[in-house]
Amino acid sequence: MVKEATVDSNKVEINSPPTGMQVVFREFRKDRLAMFSLISLVLVIVGVFIWAWLIDQEALMRVSLRDKYAEPGEKFFLGADLGGKDILGQLVIGARNSIAIAIAITIITVTFGIIVGLVCGYFGGWIDNMFMRIIDFFITIPSLMVIIVFVTIIPKYTVKEFILIMSLFLWTSTARLVRSKALSESRRDYVNASKTMGTPGILIIFKEIMPNLSSILIVELTLSFAGNVGIETGLSYLGFGLPPQTPSLGTLVSYANNPLVLQEKWWVWIPAAIFILLMMLGINYVGQALRRSADAKQRLG
Amino acid sequence: MWKIIVRRVLIMIPQLFVLSLLIFILAKQLPGDPFTGLLTPDTDPNRIEELRELAGLNDPWYVQYVNWIGNAAQGDFGKSYTYKIKVSTLIGEKALNTFWLSLVSAIILYLIAIPLGVLAGRYQDTIFDKIIVFYSFVTYAIPTFVLALIFLFIFGYQLHWFPTVGSVDVKYDPGTAGYFWSKLYHMLLPAITTAILGTTSVIQYLRSEIIDAKSLDYVRTARSKGIPVNKVYSRHIFRNSLLPIAAFLGFTITGLLVGSIFIETIFGYPGMGQLFISSLLSRDYSVITALVMLFGLLALLGSLLSDIIMSIVDPRIRIE
Repeated sequence: MVKEATVDSNKVEINSPPTGMQVVFREFRKDRLAMFSLISLVLVIVGVFIWAWLIDQEALMRVSLRDKYAEPGEKFFLGADLGGKDILGQLVIGARNSIAIAIAITIITVTFGIIVGLVCGYFGGWIDNMFMRIIDFFITIPSLMVIIVFVTIIPKYTVKEFILIMSLFLWTSTARLVRSKALSESRRDYVNASKTMGTPGILIIFKEIMPNLSSILIVELTLSFAGNVGIETGLSYLGFGLPPQTPSLGTLVSYANNPLVLQEKWWVWIPAAIFILLMMLGINYVGQALRRSADAKQRLG
Repeated sequence: MWKIIVRRVLIMIPQLFVLSLLIFILAKQLPGDPFTGLLTPDTDPNRIEELRELAGLNDPWYVQYVNWIGNAAQGDFGKSYTYKIKVSTLIGEKALNTFWLSLVSAIILYLIAIPLGVLAGRYQDTIFDKIIVFYSFVTYAIPTFVLALIFLFIFGYQLHWFPTVGSVDVKYDPGTAGYFWSKLYHMLLPAITTAILGTTSVIQYLRSEIIDAKSLDYVRTARSKGIPVNKVYSRHIFRNSLLPIAAFLGFTITGLLVGSIFIETIFGYPGMGQLFISSLLSRDYSVITALVMLFGLLALLGSLLSDIIMSIVDPRIRIE
């Protein structure tokens, strides 16, 4: 974005280059699909939370054998499952749970990753060395398998424990990315100037370096949210995700493990699978648009 | 060159050690032990205690760990308690299935990704390129199990193009041509699914590599010598861009292994991924620990392989 200077005969007006949210806004205005994804994602997430709040979960979970595998129709808009439970209601509750848990994991892992990354990148030395060895270890182990083993050994685990287990293994990529950015940022002149003025390190990190990385952090936040939705639904699909009393979108899809359901009772699992698919596409598309706006070379708008 | 390999292998050892310790401690926490399943009302508690003593389950954990790791280093992971055979034999059978599946997947992956990547790079910013970029975005965003289930539903159950379960038709005898084709046929749908999901990184890398190469001096030289455009692409650019793709091979292996947990479970393919899930459900912890260790080792070897190929291909890495 080149600085535009319009010279008038009487007055000189200088437009400052677009910054922060302006850049993001311009990018989204240029890319209609990204705008559409963003708006529909926000609407869906808000809608799901409100709808799920209105649903009486007890009535939903009541087994009614008469409606076993009821087809989509007047009584059940999307049909019913083995226990005659409404699929649509389960879909809304499942989506609410999946989204809420993915948000929780994202907040924990990104916060932790940012702090570790910034501290390692700025201070370097033994702190950096220690954390990098830990991160190397986490990256090489088959974390999905270890998460599954963890979930199996904890007797009667709850949502809180599930979030903590996932977070334990998923903070490393953010930390690595932020560290590499913070490393190059902390060699800049403004940081050195601030150091010579005697600003404490912690202030330089959070008040000076972090705002300069904010665009990258937003991208990382979005993409890791998408990743977390994928991992959580995947684990729940395998039966090693959310505890049974907290249905997730993955739980709904996992009914398809029964060949009869997969083949003939498609209305049980297809809606959830398509919901996951569209949500993943939407979040990732928004993430890509954000990434483009964070990089001046790739911007469309 | 050798220095790098030796250094990388030396780094691997502590990583494997920590992983083995972690896995061992986790496995010890699994509820129940192998003898819980043998309990019947007539069982003498003393007999169970005797068995536990014999199996070394009453030793302190570090003694057990040293015994276990010592045997594991020699390839002996003990016996599977559900299948009553040696873990190494059990995994050996399944590993072969997973190996063939991964090989077929990798071949299909490169068959799809290389032409698409080259074409997208060559016809940059055309409709064609946009479609390929969109395709690679979709396959990046879609979770493994969703695509696998949708494919199984459409191509397996609705269109009946592919078998929906197993790794071979029982009516054929091993060794015959029919057996071989049946095996390949069973592998095809899972392999295509895995391949499609893995194409993104190769396509994107190849595409940007080719776009960068277009404006480089050697390409201009070749063009100014009068070499036709097609030949410049096939002989000059393609070769230069392909080498780094080779380096992805190691990471591709790691990716295929992780994907195999979902793919094999969904397609009912008897490989290591499916064995992992079924042994977790039956608490067969000698198999679980062996599998996690094996996957960890393979992932490390995969990234080692990538580094080695990279340093052969790119001399700059060797010097560092």
